[in-house]
Amino acid sequence: MTAAWRRLRRTLRGVRWYLAELTGETEYDRFVEHRKRLHPDEPVPSRREYERIRHERLAQPGARCC
Amino acid sequence: MKLKSVVTWTAVAIVGAVCWGVLALARGESISAIWLLGAALGSYAIAYRFYARFICKRVLQVDDTRATPAERLNNGVDYHPTDRRVLLGHHFAAIAGAGPLVGPVLAAQMGYLPGTIWVIVGVIFAGAVQDMVILFFSMRRNGKSLGQMAREEIGVVGGVAALLGVFVIMIILLAVLALVVVNALAQSPWGTFSIAMTIPIALFMGFYLRVVRPGKVIETSVIGVALLILAIIAGGWVAQSSWASAFTFDPETLTLFLVVYGFAASVLPVWMLLAPRDYLSTFMKIGTIVLLAIGVVIAAPVLQADAVSKFAFDEIGPVFSGDLFPFVFITIACGALSGFHALVSSGTTPKMIEKESQVRLIGYGGMLMESFVAVAAIIAACILDPGLYFAMNSPAGVTGGAVQSASEFVNSLGFVITPAELDAAAAAVEEESLVSRTGGAPTLAVGMSDIFAQVFGGEGMRAFWYHFAIMFEALFILTTVDAGTRVGRFMLQDTLGNIYKPLGRVSWKPGLWFTSAVVVAAWGYFLWAGVTDPLGGINQLFPLFGIANQLLAAIALTVATVILVKSGKLKWAWVTAVPLAWDAAVTLTASWQKVFSDDPKIGFFAQRDQYAAALERGEVLAPAKDLDDMSTIVTNSTVDGVLAALFALLVVVVIGNALVVCWRAVRSPEPLPTTEEPWQESKIVAPSGLFATAEEKKQLAAIGAPPNGSGVRTDDGSGGSAGKDGDSS
Repeated sequence: MTAAWRRLRRTLRGVRWYLAELTGETEYDRFVEHRKRLHPDEPVPSRREYERIRHERLAQPGARCC
Repeated sequence: MKLKSVVTWTAVAIVGAVCWGVLALARGESISAIWLLGAALGSYAIAYRFYARFICKRVLQVDDTRATPAERLNNGVDYHPTDRRVLLGHHFAAIAGAGPLVGPVLAAQMGYLPGTIWVIVGVIFAGAVQDMVILFFSMRRNGKSLGQMAREEIGVVGGVAALLGVFVIMIILLAVLALVVVNALAQSPWGTFSIAMTIPIALFMGFYLRVVRPGKVIETSVIGVALLILAIIAGGWVAQSSWASAFTFDPETLTLFLVVYGFAASVLPVWMLLAPRDYLSTFMKIGTIVLLAIGVVIAAPVLQADAVSKFAFDEIGPVFSGDLFPFVFITIACGALSGFHALVSSGTTPKMIEKESQVRLIGYGGMLMESFVAVAAIIAACILDPGLYFAMNSPAGVTGGAVQSASEFVNSLGFVITPAELDAAAAAVEEESLVSRTGGAPTLAVGMSDIFAQVFGGEGMRAFWYHFAIMFEALFILTTVDAGTRVGRFMLQDTLGNIYKPLGRVSWKPGLWFTSAVVVAAWGYFLWAGVTDPLGGINQLFPLFGIANQLLAAIALTVATVILVKSGKLKWAWVTAVPLAWDAAVTLTASWQKVFSDDPKIGFFAQRDQYAAALERGEVLAPAKDLDDMSTIVTNSTVDGVLAALFALLVVVVIGNALVVCWRAVRSPEPLPTTEEPWQESKIVAPSGLFATAEEKKQLAAIGAPPNGSGVRTDDGSGGSAGKDGDSS
């Protein structure tokens, strides 16, 4: 029972991780990490600010097929 | 090769061969769709394991010690190493859309076999090769676009022709896709209501993401999908209620709505409409495709269509005109070979790839997945009764639009369906009528509702599944229309910015409105022409769309061939040159016939002459109903004919220019200068394929990374920072 339960939880965590990566939800965390490494002294933009910057960038969507 | 591997691959080969054998030998009897699936999956597996691997190792010589642009230029934004499974999802979502679903449905008029063979053979030797090779070359050049590569490798003329090609193709693509939506929603209050609801849903999601819970995309998408399902269910209530008339529109009105919508979506900030719609459509796309794959396997429906119908060689079919060669290969573009993918493969994907060897999984594998979607679409179309199929897909000009006249028309084709059966089929999915619902989407939706109703929910769910399928197609077609309009607008702003500076500035409002209006007007024109064309818009425009898409593939394959030749790999150039030769033969033959054929059903100018002559005499030729119809036909066939000629000319220019460059490269004593970025050592450790091999797991364990994820080696070679993965806790 516990083995199956653990397995299920692991699968669900995997699905969640996948979707978060796919949709760009984890982009902010990656950005913060990157920012702290390169500019350790500067303040990091908040999530709200970051999402706005991100959407400015998305304003130029890539090509996609039919 | 180990024994176990030999045994496994022999077994796969035998299963695939048996399935092909059944397909080849079954004549005059109905067979199960399982054989089609088996033939497809067996062939894909063999091609992926052997041919794709050969191309990677021998032709491209992928080098995993070499750092990819994602690793070298990592800025955490557009360049960043992305888990291969996530990137595969991204790439697949960008390449797959309505194309692989619509084309195969139309091609089913020639039977299930021609389409199936082209989808499977085409993807293995042409489509997947193109996607992978372009991805690889772009990756070696820091993610340069196809246009940039064409300019640098072939020259200015080739580059300009490629750029022009991309723009014109985009316009035709948007018009044809929008036409599919219009045909699916016309006179359907259920469909129109559900699709209309996606706008407030997207606006709500956009607001929620920006103000209430910034960045919580999964949560927002779950709410969005739930609302979407609710909108589909509510569509059924609306269609039954007194509101129905408020959501019942003719195609002309829907066209105006779409044009206004396209303009608004292009000028509004992305967070409001485009981004949330994109999330919704990605979830729906992947979810529905998975459902369809499961449904087909479980239901294992029986194919009702002929293997090869008489419309392949002997007669001109009502859905689209022309013989099997070249028109099947033009009608099925996405799913077998799609030039548009070259834009994706040279866009964001090459900037995110972790390891060079992963181009096989993402480029080749991603395209195999799309091909599988096309096979599923063929199955969904071919399980319908052929009588119903032709009643739905023949233009209103010939069916007369009513069940009685449609039944007579179908009987004259040699198939049987009674008016009562047509009424019953429409009633089963709660639509007013299914006669002349061209464009492929309604046919696919009927097929899908058939499969889904067998597996999930039974007869009572049929109407729901039909509208679910319509919603799913319309949703991501509209997303393509949004995004495509924007891409076209940026291209236009970029180009016009060279002439008048302010137009190039993305933030200058008048410029933004002007260029958006130009792009929307361009596709709006073709959409309007398609909707009002008495000969049937799909019948007239779909071949143009196919030719355009295959033209872009010819440009992409030319660029790839030139790069191979220039880098001293003349001996391997056939890998892209053979599909290029095939594609050029198909595209140019099709354009030739569309321009010069004497048959007014095929040649645009012959059609023009026939109708213009009659118009001069004051006659009205069926299916035109009056003189206005007659002049519409004359105008449309002139425009379409000129476009077909222009497309062919562009391909000839690009290929001609490429031949000159290749000749120079072959004659030059040393290889020509390369545009590749120089080698730099890679420190990323990541598996090549979907699953890590034992050897790869060992390497990952050595740096403390999760067994299926990835990590970075540190300089002393000991530990390293472990990558993230769903498996790690």
